[in-house]
Amino acid sequence: MRTMEQELADHAFFAGLDTEAMSLLAGCSVNVGFRADEYVFKEGEPADRFYVVRNGRIAIEVHGPGVGRVVIDTVEDGDILGWSWLVPPYRWLFDARAAEPTTAVCLDGKCLRDKCEADSRLGYQLMSKVALVMTRRLAAARVQLLDLYGHRGLGEHSGPVR
Amino acid sequence: MSTRPFRVVRKHRENGDTVTLALEPVDGVPLPFAPGQFTMVYAFGVGEVPISISGDPARPGQLRHTIRDVGGVTHALFSLVRGDLVGIRGPYGTTWQLPEAAPRWGPLRTLGGPLGGHPMDVVFVAGGIGLAPLRPALLDVLAHRDRYRRVVLLYGARTPEDVLFARELEAWQSKVDVNITVDYAAPAWRGRVGLVTALIPRAGFDPEASVALLCGPEVMMRHAASALVHRGVAAERIELSMERNMKCGVGLCGHCQLREMFICTDGPVFTYDRVEPLLALREV
Repeated sequence: MRTMEQELADHAFFAGLDTEAMSLLAGCSVNVGFRADEYVFKEGEPADRFYVVRNGRIAIEVHGPGVGRVVIDTVEDGDILGWSWLVPPYRWLFDARAAEPTTAVCLDGKCLRDKCEADSRLGYQLMSKVALVMTRRLAAARVQLLDLYGHRGLGEHSGPVR
Repeated sequence: MSTRPFRVVRKHRENGDTVTLALEPVDGVPLPFAPGQFTMVYAFGVGEVPISISGDPARPGQLRHTIRDVGGVTHALFSLVRGDLVGIRGPYGTTWQLPEAAPRWGPLRTLGGPLGGHPMDVVFVAGGIGLAPLRPALLDVLAHRDRYRRVVLLYGARTPEDVLFARELEAWQSKVDVNITVDYAAPAWRGRVGLVTALIPRAGFDPEASVALLCGPEVMMRHAASALVHRGVAAERIELSMERNMKCGVGLCGHCQLREMFICTDGPVFTYDRVEPLLALREV
């Protein structure tokens, strides 16, 4: 039987954290599972946790009048889901729904925030790692905004016109 | 090279704005080509555009072009029906380079032979209609599958409805690791949503023994090439099919000039080490 510390140690997100930090994180963690189409969280709910996806796929959705529900991103094996637990007002900005049966490690964000407040080194380490994930997703979102596969920028004679 | 008449023998609607035309020469003389090349396609009375060949290089008797309706000429081509005629000049341009494909596709430029005599991995990275110019290379790899190790296709489309060659992608999955992602989707979509570049870090290939073939919007290729280099693929083993304002197709008019190079004759396929310094320049 693997301990939670061992589970977390296998995850790239936690690479480089020392034993003490891993032990703290493991103390705030629990294994969870979601059925296909089960919501992990919904927009506006308190963001008091985050997830390390072990197996499966989770769709990040936004909804609105006239557009219905739109999947704007997915996370899967090895990805991190959620950073709103780190930033006031600690509310989810989007919906997250399991696109298929998914297992994850759930980390208690409130517990982690308290530990980060008390241990600035742990706080810095964790914030650096989350910042890296946020940067990558922000860069990807900006490129997606270009709608590269749409008509914009595609003209004739720009050839070969693929 | 003069324009030859070709007849539309089949038309397949790929998605809302894209069709694939199967064309046969009226004079019956086949048009051999190598993967990566393009032809100048003339919609009579409307105009001429460069279009990459999307057909099977093993079937030179039938030319295939996958055409997206983005303007006057492509709309005319998109609207053709079986029996209609188009004019074809070509094929033109450089080819995708796979060590295992030489010498069938012509002499190798810079890639060199297989590493230590071992078969290599091949990574295809396609964005949008960029899958069409890669299709001939993919078909050739599939026809000689035993010459390669892992073959991976990373494909990004706008939405699930925009995915090209959907039935073929399913069929290829038995021989190729096919990974599709879209920019956004309805909740019924169970696949990936996100940038095609996000697939690169987790794709199953050996970066030190891989050749990567990229085709799509230039911004996508820039990001994808950078991610491949970050993963450890050598720049000279990454190939890109470039786009620029092309008119004559034979290196005369200069419309497609990329600093000292012409896309139509020096390209459209370039290795990343050759064009990387130019990709970030706005003045070329």
